[in-house]
Amino acid sequence: MSSPTPVPLPDAQVPPPGQTGVAEPADRSDGGRRILHEMLTSSWLVSVLAVVLALILGGVLIAAADTAVQAAAGYFFSRPGDLLSAAWTAVSEAYAALFAGAVYDPRAEELSRAVRPFTETLTVATPLILAGLGLGIGFRAGLFNIGAQGQIILGGIFAGYIGFTFDLPPVLHLLLCVIGAALGGALWAGIAGVLKARTGAHEVIVTIMLNNIAVYLVAYLLSLNAFQRPGSNNPVSPPIPDTAVYPLLLGSGFRLHAGFLVAIAAAVFAWWLMERSTIGFRFRAVGSNPHAARTAGISVNAAYVWVMLTAGAFAGLAGSAQVLGTERVLTAGVAASYGFDAITVALLGRSKPLGTVLAGILFGALRAGGVVMQARTGTPIDIVLVVQSLIVLFIAAPPLVRSVFRLPSPDTPRAPKPVVPVTAKEVTA
Amino acid sequence: MKLELQGITKTFGPLVANDHIDLVVEPGEIHALLGENGAGKSTLMNVLYGLYVPDEGRILVDDAPVTFAGPGDAMAAGIGMVHQHFMLVPVFTVAENVVLGHEPVRGAGLIDLPEARRRVKEISDRFGFHVDPDAYIEDLPVGVQQRVEIIKALSRQAEVLILDEPTAVLTPQETDELIGIMRQLKESGTSIVFITHKLREVRAVADRITVIRRGKVVGTAQPSSTETELASMMVGRSVDLGVDRSVAVPGEVTVQVRNLTVIDQAGVRQIDDVSFDVARGEIVAIAGVQGNGQTELTEVVLGLQAPVAGSVTLDGVELVGRSVRDVLHAGVGFVPEDRSTDGVIADFSIAENLILDLHRYEPFARGVALRPAAVRENAEKRIAEFDVRTGSIDAHASTLSGGNQQKVVLAREMSRPLRLLIASQPTRGLDVGSIEFVHTRIVQERDNGTPVIIVSTELDEVLALADRILVMYRGRIVGDVPGGTDRDVLGLMMAGVPLDDAVRQAAEHRTTLGVADLEAAAPGAPPAPPAPPTAPTSPTAPTMPDQEEL
Repeated sequence: MSSPTPVPLPDAQVPPPGQTGVAEPADRSDGGRRILHEMLTSSWLVSVLAVVLALILGGVLIAAADTAVQAAAGYFFSRPGDLLSAAWTAVSEAYAALFAGAVYDPRAEELSRAVRPFTETLTVATPLILAGLGLGIGFRAGLFNIGAQGQIILGGIFAGYIGFTFDLPPVLHLLLCVIGAALGGALWAGIAGVLKARTGAHEVIVTIMLNNIAVYLVAYLLSLNAFQRPGSNNPVSPPIPDTAVYPLLLGSGFRLHAGFLVAIAAAVFAWWLMERSTIGFRFRAVGSNPHAARTAGISVNAAYVWVMLTAGAFAGLAGSAQVLGTERVLTAGVAASYGFDAITVALLGRSKPLGTVLAGILFGALRAGGVVMQARTGTPIDIVLVVQSLIVLFIAAPPLVRSVFRLPSPDTPRAPKPVVPVTAKEVTA
Repeated sequence: MKLELQGITKTFGPLVANDHIDLVVEPGEIHALLGENGAGKSTLMNVLYGLYVPDEGRILVDDAPVTFAGPGDAMAAGIGMVHQHFMLVPVFTVAENVVLGHEPVRGAGLIDLPEARRRVKEISDRFGFHVDPDAYIEDLPVGVQQRVEIIKALSRQAEVLILDEPTAVLTPQETDELIGIMRQLKESGTSIVFITHKLREVRAVADRITVIRRGKVVGTAQPSSTETELASMMVGRSVDLGVDRSVAVPGEVTVQVRNLTVIDQAGVRQIDDVSFDVARGEIVAIAGVQGNGQTELTEVVLGLQAPVAGSVTLDGVELVGRSVRDVLHAGVGFVPEDRSTDGVIADFSIAENLILDLHRYEPFARGVALRPAAVRENAEKRIAEFDVRTGSIDAHASTLSGGNQQKVVLAREMSRPLRLLIASQPTRGLDVGSIEFVHTRIVQERDNGTPVIIVSTELDEVLALADRILVMYRGRIVGDVPGGTDRDVLGLMMAGVPLDDAVRQAAEHRTTLGVADLEAAAPGAPPAPPAPPTAPTSPTAPTMPDQEEL
């Protein structure tokens, strides 16, 4: 009677909807947490379809913005075929250029030039992956940290300052810069974590405000002598010396640097942390059901602080990738819009490390390819932004994607639950 | 009005919630719908009330087929429903709630409140409800709120009244009043569909009983059927309603609660100077109506809440002021009242749920690294030991039924040596099989010499498990009586009546269920002996009736 692998019985115990007798998602009172939960638990398929749908709608916009298509639309009723072929040409050429700019350029004469676009993609993806990993950890712990932007900036400030101020031996210098970057990001995010734990201040508000503070902080710092290039009044730091930069991975013809390896290592670490460590276990427990976590002796407030510190450290590393790798200099635009794009990356990747890496590469590809697309076909790079935004929209609304593709909703009752066969003592009545 | 359901079938995806159910409610009849949680009772009533459209089957009112597009149609046809969770606006008055959605108006769209009051008063007087139309809902006891719901239904000319688990929230005395009201309504020609899983009440009040199991009608019964017969029909096998247990052998006192006081943010004394002891090998049940401080008491012991005063010692060590983690580590097992919120993490696997509080200790962790092999091994062992029915230890806890979730919680809490076990509402919402299992495990833990505190609002459970009963009312312990104390006495004490008065009043006026208890204790005895009350200080008469209810 106590077989460890009982088979589900055919008869279903019948839970009326609404009281299915199973645990509801943790916190119904907290709308944000519920939405987060919804976004993170819908299937991978929804993620992929969201991208497909966004690309299709992006195609419609490309066609609409194309002059040849507009001209053909003028005589649509006499020769409708022209419109369709013009639209096809516009869209296919634009996406082909996007592909060529992001992955592999078939027009290039030598192999090294042909694969160069993909290395560009990876270069752009590096900060997205790093910041996305941190955000993903936060999301899984129930914290909607949208302060990666500020945390990247702080990471950049720390990495840059240590980089151009001190004169240290090669490996040690880089290591200190990287550690500094992680600390800077962690400190910035930690402010939000401590405020949340101590006062209950909502992390969304606090991190948004910290983003703004960081933007002005870096602008201010770059107006100081200590941060400016000697003999210049421009808000640009001195270049990072060679002892502190991420080495290039493929030689001087390519921008891809060791920061990408840091990102991959960070992804592996994030996986281990969340799936295989007791710390990640607590993070996940707090994110899924803070009440049960508390009842089981897990300090929810301590977890909030540690989650933010961890997330900030990852974002800080993203800042180091920019300052020590791609840019090799600290400017006010160190974070570009990576901190915000990383939110989409994390959500698209379901906050899992592998998903975040793949989503980061996709976004890197869109960005790297978008430049080439604009140059070759005249399609505005803004289309890429539209596609990214549409992806956000579709991920945020899984029911929409499901209804477009006629997928079943996960909310409908699943397979019959195994019955609780009666096991206790039976009397012979 | 005669109401008939023919061949009602309702499916949700692959789940057949109602499978060709036929039901006839005659005019002026109290028809009990008996079934376990999840048997399909509520689905059926939601179909009847127009909340669900049935896949098959039809509804006939006075032999004429009707269709209900929503509750409005059902109300118009004379069907009223009192939900298990009341649908009242707490900050409105009784009159306002009663007319909500049907407001009588006068002049330029103003609500005619005098008319609303008049309606409430008229119905209240007719049935002797004693409800003040101007009282605010939030100030009323649960029993009176329920009457407001009934008035609401009656004010819309309901001829069939559906009562969904109406006694779940009531004290025995309130239940008794409700039974009186039901009989009165029946006299006046109203039919009542009474949904419940409590056998004793069914036998006390129903004219006819339809038993539903797994979405199907498995039979009808007469109120003269014994509880065992009804239980067997409901569960689908023969069941033993009692808990097998020996007499407690209390050992040394290891748990001491002294002068505990908790004041909430609103300044209300949730716990007011509470002191008691628990000995090894003893089950102490804390009885009381929900919301009289029991929840706070358990939370203070666990360290989830800080008291303003008082102490809790376990084996002489102070627990107040220590973290939850420390308290658990000191050997306190805690089964929370609301298992889906506090007990399990729905989207964690069963294996993970089984180590929630132990994940940082050997053998499940080495340093900060989890050891998945140890976690799995533990899970395999526990689900076998506690008979958790699941396909896989990797399945999410949300895929488990309530009973199996509770077994997961128990398995976790009992998987380490305990110095104290606290279980709040350990069998709330469980089916009969799981209830038997949970009770047996709790008694086993007691027999291992662990002090056990049970918090329950179900007197049936308190009577089934307790060696000693503490009754809580408004944050105070108003009685410390032996297990098996008369149900009526306990019920009165739960309403704040001191022990001596409670004994006297219970003797003067026995409730229907109290009488049923005495009958159950002495089968074959003439019905309703006004009975000398059990002296609460000596565990006499119905100490542990064999036929105790689930």
